[in-house]
Amino acid sequence: MKSSLFLRLVGDEIWEMGRIEICIVDEPLDVAHCRRYVDDPSAGGQVVFVGTVRNQTKGKEVIRLEFESYVPMAFKELRRIADTAVERWDVSAIVIHHRIGVLDIGDIAVVIAVSTPHRDRAFVACRYIIDMLKQTVPIWKKEVFKDGAVWVAAHP
Amino acid sequence: MTLTIVSYGIARDILGGAEMSWQVEVSTIGDLKQALVVRYPDFKKLVKFSLAVDEAYQDDAFELKDGDEVVVIPPVSGG
Repeated sequence: MKSSLFLRLVGDEIWEMGRIEICIVDEPLDVAHCRRYVDDPSAGGQVVFVGTVRNQTKGKEVIRLEFESYVPMAFKELRRIADTAVERWDVSAIVIHHRIGVLDIGDIAVVIAVSTPHRDRAFVACRYIIDMLKQTVPIWKKEVFKDGAVWVAAHP
Repeated sequence: MTLTIVSYGIARDILGGAEMSWQVEVSTIGDLKQALVVRYPDFKKLVKFSLAVDEAYQDDAFELKDGDEVVVIPPVSGG
C-alpha cells in the first residue's frame, strides 16, 4: 500500500510478546493480507473482523461516508490498544487497518485480525480492539445523505 | 499565551478552520476548554470534547505553555 498516510509498525520490542501491524490508509483495504499476517505456528485460532459501510442509518439512506483521522495520535492509541490485547489474551499476532477518505456503500472501513493459541481469546481480543477503537481512537466519520450530512456520534 | 489550535471533524466546522493561532489567557487544559465553550458555544452541544497535546489526551489539570499546539478531539466515530 502506498500513501503518505500509511503508517506501519512492526516493532522489535513487540516481537517478544507478539506481532502487531497497524495502518491508516486512504485506499482500499486488503483483507487477505490481514488474514495472512496473523498466521502463526503458535496460534490455533484466527478471528477477522471486517467493518463495512452500511446503506442506511435509522432508516435514512446513506450515500457515502467520509472518514478523517488525526493520524499520528490515532496510531499511538491503536498501538496502546493492541499492546493491551497482547498482554491480556496471550495474542500471537494482531492487524489493525483503518481506511480514511471517501468510502462508498459496501466499502471496507476497518479490518482487525487476531490470532491466539486457542479460539476463545481470539474472539475476545478482536471484540476488545474494535470496541476500544470506537471509543478512543481519533478517527471521525461523516454520514452523507441526499439532503445533508452529519458527523456521527457528535451530538446526543 | 499564544496557542495553535488544530481541529478535526465537527470541531473544525465549529472553529471555522483546521488550524488557528489563538492568544488566550489560560494556564491549563481545563481553562482552555472553558474558554473554547465561551467563545464557541456550539461546543456545548457536543456529547463531549477532549483536548490533546503531544499526540495524547490530556486531562484538565495539564499545564499549557506558550506556543503549545492543542488538538481539539470531538466525539470519535471510527470503525
